[in-house]
Amino acid sequence: MNKVVDINKAIELIPDGATIMFGGFMGNGSAHKIIDALVEKNVQEITVICNDAGFPDYGVGKLVSNKQVKKVIASHIGLNKELGRQMSEGITEVELIPQGTLVEQIRSHGYGLGGFLTKTGVGTLVEEGKEKIKVDGITYLLEKPLKADVAILFGALVDRQGNISYKGSENNFNHVMASAAEVTIVEAREVVEIGEMDPNAVVTPGVFVNYVVEGGAS
Amino acid sequence: MEKQEKQVYIAKRVAQELEDGTVVNLGIGLPTHVANYVPEGVEIHFQSENGFIGLGSTPSSEQTDPTIVNAGGQPVSILPGGAFFDSSTSFGIIRGGHVALTVLGALQVDEAGNIANYLIPGKMVPGMGGAMDLLSGAKKVIVAMEHTAKGAPKILKACTLPLTAVSAVDLIVTEMGVMEVTGDGLVLVERNPLYSLEEILEATEATLILSGNLN
Repeated sequence: MNKVVDINKAIELIPDGATIMFGGFMGNGSAHKIIDALVEKNVQEITVICNDAGFPDYGVGKLVSNKQVKKVIASHIGLNKELGRQMSEGITEVELIPQGTLVEQIRSHGYGLGGFLTKTGVGTLVEEGKEKIKVDGITYLLEKPLKADVAILFGALVDRQGNISYKGSENNFNHVMASAAEVTIVEAREVVEIGEMDPNAVVTPGVFVNYVVEGGAS
Repeated sequence: MEKQEKQVYIAKRVAQELEDGTVVNLGIGLPTHVANYVPEGVEIHFQSENGFIGLGSTPSSEQTDPTIVNAGGQPVSILPGGAFFDSSTSFGIIRGGHVALTVLGALQVDEAGNIANYLIPGKMVPGMGGAMDLLSGAKKVIVAMEHTAKGAPKILKACTLPLTAVSAVDLIVTEMGVMEVTGDGLVLVERNPLYSLEEILEATEATLILSGNLN
């Protein structure tokens, strides 16, 4: 099955108000071409789920700078001063989640789990409103699954079936997010034909992927 | 001591705690400098929370591979024998106790080993990143920081800022000395001879128990 589509077709799938997971870590392993297209289309009122808010002019930060974002769910926003400003002025809502908890909440939804127990955040503001469960004398927080309407990911090498392999540190949140959205779109640095990828080299199987967009060497 | 001298002193002292063959995660800022002072003959596998072990030095601009960055988004390299993985694996390594040591900066630390380093309400809201997971999962936690902030003590009886973790810190290294967190409280185990005991006590709000071996 050929999942490669034109970028404009992919962007049409993303309505105003959508909750979108973006792979990438400080813009490393982010789908920069699709982010630029979202800025151009000016999709509004989106909720961004991403490890971080990038920089004001790089990564998902561009969407924040263009005032398209209603809410950011992330582990770190410290390098995006524009988001800090929008947050303090009450324009954009920010929910901060410990990084390991964030990725595991995403994995929980994608892998059909009802959540997980973690010691991270016990005794801090993070535990507010959460159920505490004791297992063998150790107190854990119950963290619930996190899902999205769309996941926008990036892979180094992607075949037309949507099988993904990564390069360098670009995987980060991409692999886990692939499983956790209704629609998963992958921007590929390079698209290859079915059969050209060694199945052993596939990190994220195409079963999680709905559409592939050719990104070029951006 | 000048700020720069303090940072070098602290980084060098923390580096003496590194154990051969272990996996270590360094926080951003001052802790990053510890990598420059790994003792001769000691091999450390530095973890980068964004998804690899084998974090190497910053390459020269012509050798930069833009696909490899550290947790601050800056170009770095990976050493032979290193491995890349996704964020879920990265935090499995962290939470699962497979990181022997993490070195983090702090805004405040207290007598119970509580640490505050991610939030000043209404002022600084950068987020905790991976710090809460590192504090709950790493086998040993060292806080590397200057002893005071603009003269105000950072080592307190009890933290006043929102905590990053409860009873998580094992050792505090500052330009003035080294303090161990014990069940009885903070024990001053080493003193930088450039500072008198009076100066150290003056700069510390927490009660310091003086180790018998103190120089």
